[in-house]
Amino acid sequence: MRLETEPNIPAPDDFYQALIDAHAGLDDQRSAALNARLVLLLANHVGDLEALREAIALARDGL
Amino acid sequence: MNSRTPARFPYIPPPELGGELRIPVAIVGAGPVGVACAIDLALHGVQAVVLDDNDTVSTGSRAICYAKRTLEILDRLGCAETITGRGVCWNVGKVFHRDRLAYQFDLLPEGGHKHPAFVNLQQYLLEEAMLARLQAVGGEVRWKNRVAGAAPDADGVTLSVETPDGTYRVRADWVIACDGARSPMRDYLGLDWQGQIFRDRFLIADVRMVGDYPTERWFWFDPPFHPNQSVLLHRQADDVWRIDFQLGWNADPDEERKPERVIPRIRAMLGDDRPFELEWVSVYTFQCRRLDRFVHGRVIFAGDAAHQVSPFGARGANSGIQDADNLCWKLARVVRGEAAPALLATYDVERVAAADENILNSTRSTDFITPKSTMSRVFRDAVLDLSVKHAFARRLVNSGRLSMPATYRESALDTPDTDAFVSVLVPGSPASDAPVRIDGHLGWLLDRVGGASAVLYFMAADRSADLERLLQHAGEIRVVVVVPAGGGALGGGGVAVVEDIDGLVARRYGAAPGTIYLLRPDQHIAARWRRWDAQAFERAVARSTGRQEVTAHAA
Repeated sequence: MRLETEPNIPAPDDFYQALIDAHAGLDDQRSAALNARLVLLLANHVGDLEALREAIALARDGL
Repeated sequence: MNSRTPARFPYIPPPELGGELRIPVAIVGAGPVGVACAIDLALHGVQAVVLDDNDTVSTGSRAICYAKRTLEILDRLGCAETITGRGVCWNVGKVFHRDRLAYQFDLLPEGGHKHPAFVNLQQYLLEEAMLARLQAVGGEVRWKNRVAGAAPDADGVTLSVETPDGTYRVRADWVIACDGARSPMRDYLGLDWQGQIFRDRFLIADVRMVGDYPTERWFWFDPPFHPNQSVLLHRQADDVWRIDFQLGWNADPDEERKPERVIPRIRAMLGDDRPFELEWVSVYTFQCRRLDRFVHGRVIFAGDAAHQVSPFGARGANSGIQDADNLCWKLARVVRGEAAPALLATYDVERVAAADENILNSTRSTDFITPKSTMSRVFRDAVLDLSVKHAFARRLVNSGRLSMPATYRESALDTPDTDAFVSVLVPGSPASDAPVRIDGHLGWLLDRVGGASAVLYFMAADRSADLERLLQHAGEIRVVVVVPAGGGALGGGGVAVVEDIDGLVARRYGAAPGTIYLLRPDQHIAARWRRWDAQAFERAVARSTGRQEVTAHAA
């Protein structure tokens, strides 16, 4: 695995709150746009295509 | 609708009516691919005839963009000057999203190339220039000669040909089928032709107007004047502009091509009341597909008859002309008995891989331009929104990945590297052009390389003995000696010497004194070394030309 799936965020509750707060006041369409922008920004930050493919597969698992 | 009268060519009753013409190569279809094959075979001294069911160049909107590599091939064939002179050069593309410019790109940041990134020219003008060249090299097109049937066997193909005056047969050792996307030759051979149909329709309008739009490619996603769809604007020669409106799958093609529907769309895009004239209007759908194999015994498919892509990326005509470039030197060697027919299997492998690359790129562009699901559309718009501020997102915008030549990786004709090279070029790449001085005149490397097997030898002052040995082993192979700027006197002795005036030849080839490149007749790299090795050279030459053992052909 090249994808980090062990705990890696020092303040997980802070991150989670920031994520949910970002969606405050947005309708479903805008929320979907925000999520998409976020995925693209983070994917570019990761950069490693193998890690991204692993993340896509893990996210898809069970759906 | 067509306000231009295309050139017509005379039909001449064939002398073989009721009988048979025997010829080494018959080419079916006088489009750009068929005519490229005919010119190339003529330059290789192989007798061929082109059969076409019509008597004009193509009408209406077809190909318009010719990429640098295609221009280099057309230059080798001897008709690039007319085409570049007649066409419109462009490098800048702009992408708009809704009501604003998302970003712009420049296709050719690198100088030192004879040809621009792209030349735009209506296909009928390209064909006229190519047909003039074919005539100049003594090639023959038989207009209004329709191939009505094909009977291939182990040694050749018998074509039944219909003319206004009756029928005759053409017995050819080889047939190149360049008869387009609807290829009747495919049907005669009963070949399967399946692929992905894109559920979308596009309106093409070629508009003649005196516009102050710059010579750039403009692509709109979801513009205010055509909501939820895409629009492409491209300039051609003679103040003709190509406008491409995405219409969606449910559009009625017969309604949409009516001027009363088309004119308001163009008017809304122009945003003013400048005068314009419709030169051509059509509504099209497209598919991405290819034949499983391009070589079927003595019948060889090329261009749209072999593979089809979406128009985004200009990969149709460009790949077809590159098919011709790959095929003709091989076929010439086989016809002359210098190589076994097995050499043609490398056309199949190399150009099938190129077609797959083109289909992959064009399918991805189409998926971006026409998102297939709600979430696909959400991501597409997110990419476009982010592209305004963020360079990384611009790399994800896909309004067409413009045609790049294929590299024939791991081809049976190419010799893998044994020496280390720092260069973007690898065995299988098309050779890079660069400015050089030849006999005191400024010129270009690829002009000197031409259309035969060639060797580039980067002159080493202390190793003139290597050059002597190379010349002894070169035989028919053209040797081009590359000397550093100011080193013109290093050559001599009847050898072509080019002076690397800007150092770009050495840089692009990652070359040092003593480096040797072996090029195929299609100017793709076959092998390269850091120093002379007679045995390695002999092996690579035999491998790159599919050279047949003399004994194998003795019978």
